[in-house]
Amino acid sequence: MIAIVDYGLGNIANLTNAIRFLGYETILTHDEEELRKADVIVLPGVGHFKDAMDRIDAIGLRELLTDLEKTKPFIGICLGMQLLFQHSEEGDVDGLGFLPGEVKYIVSDLPVPHLGWNNLHSSYPGLDKDVYFIHSYKVVTDENVVATADYGQEIVAIVQKDNVIGIQFHPEKSGDYGLEILNQALQGGWK
Amino acid sequence: MIKKRIIPCLDVKDGTVVKGIQFKGLREIGDPVELAKRYNALGADELVFLDISATETGHNLMIDVIRKTAQQLFIPMTIGGGIKSTDDISRLLNAGADKVSLNSSALANPQLIKEASDKFGSQCICIAVDAKWEADKEEWYCYTHGGKKRTDIKTLDWVQQVEALGAGELLVTSMDYDGMKQGFDHRLLNKIQALVSIPVIASGGGGNAQHFADLFKETDVSAGLAASIFHDEEVSIAEVKQCCTENGVDMRNV
Repeated sequence: MIAIVDYGLGNIANLTNAIRFLGYETILTHDEEELRKADVIVLPGVGHFKDAMDRIDAIGLRELLTDLEKTKPFIGICLGMQLLFQHSEEGDVDGLGFLPGEVKYIVSDLPVPHLGWNNLHSSYPGLDKDVYFIHSYKVVTDENVVATADYGQEIVAIVQKDNVIGIQFHPEKSGDYGLEILNQALQGGWK
Repeated sequence: MIKKRIIPCLDVKDGTVVKGIQFKGLREIGDPVELAKRYNALGADELVFLDISATETGHNLMIDVIRKTAQQLFIPMTIGGGIKSTDDISRLLNAGADKVSLNSSALANPQLIKEASDKFGSQCICIAVDAKWEADKEEWYCYTHGGKKRTDIKTLDWVQQVEALGAGELLVTSMDYDGMKQGFDHRLLNKIQALVSIPVIASGGGGNAQHFADLFKETDVSAGLAASIFHDEEVSIAEVKQCCTENGVDMRNV
């Protein structure tokens, strides 16, 4: 069972669709018992970092997520990946702090948001094709980086530290290749 | 680096795909879910559904279309047409839309852009701009209601305002070029792209593969959109991408 953390942010229909399409059962929940029973925790998210953290705190999820992160495969996607880090410029608030690093606005001469298909760079095999990004903030970290993309500056695309995986792009919106990456993440990732 | 996107647009009325020439004379084309799947298989980088239904029943059918499409299609989907409130946006996103595009309602109430981008994030708020050149005034003006109603709002002012209000992307249709199949309106697109730093999708005038290559060589827009030429198979997405690649434009490899 794949638990998708429900903390009141919209636009998670497609992540659920994609995980089901891959053949997994999913549950959308913030119930402690359900989350503790799940095999994998997926933290989704689009929108504003501070709004997301406020919602997580409002339903008292921070402590539970921190506990789950120690014991289970834990995948953050898009804003869900950014929430794994220590702090964000977006709203100037702390994140969950599972991974060392900060979230900063993408300062660029190129259009922002970084929106569209961009190819991955990685020393891991198979992480070299185009995936769909849409974000205005990026993770800045030197550690745990599995794949990056180039947008006139380095964009951290996938991170993994043991059981914790972050994916900045939308694997559920990156065609068949994105589904492969999502499946790889659900199967334990790249380490 | 980021790839230029090729986007087929499906105009949907009461759950069925239609496309008019210069916004007039609608004719039926087909089932949106089937068309969406076909375009995915053919290498479309993204899909835009414009809901041109005039009734509440028609808009409700669009929700079903989105839901069904999203269960089978894993590329980005933008929905526009008839969106009046953040509640409407919420319904569309929950059904499986990735972005929404606002036109008439944003012009009538610009604050909706701010409300929507604050609530859902800039990344899912695309503003559709239908622009028409007026030679005597030497200005483009914005039109609403599928190109039927002229506003007094100047296009080049409006695009800057919507960016400031939090729009994440622009979908710019040149009404002068739409349906003419003579190439995109580079002059309008270059003017707009120089004024904003958000991505621009160009629409109106793409008639063959070379027009897309020219678009990306002569402007900095992020994407090219077309409808009938793809629906009628006058040109395939693969041909467009090959032509662009031959012209040195980076395209997504599928």
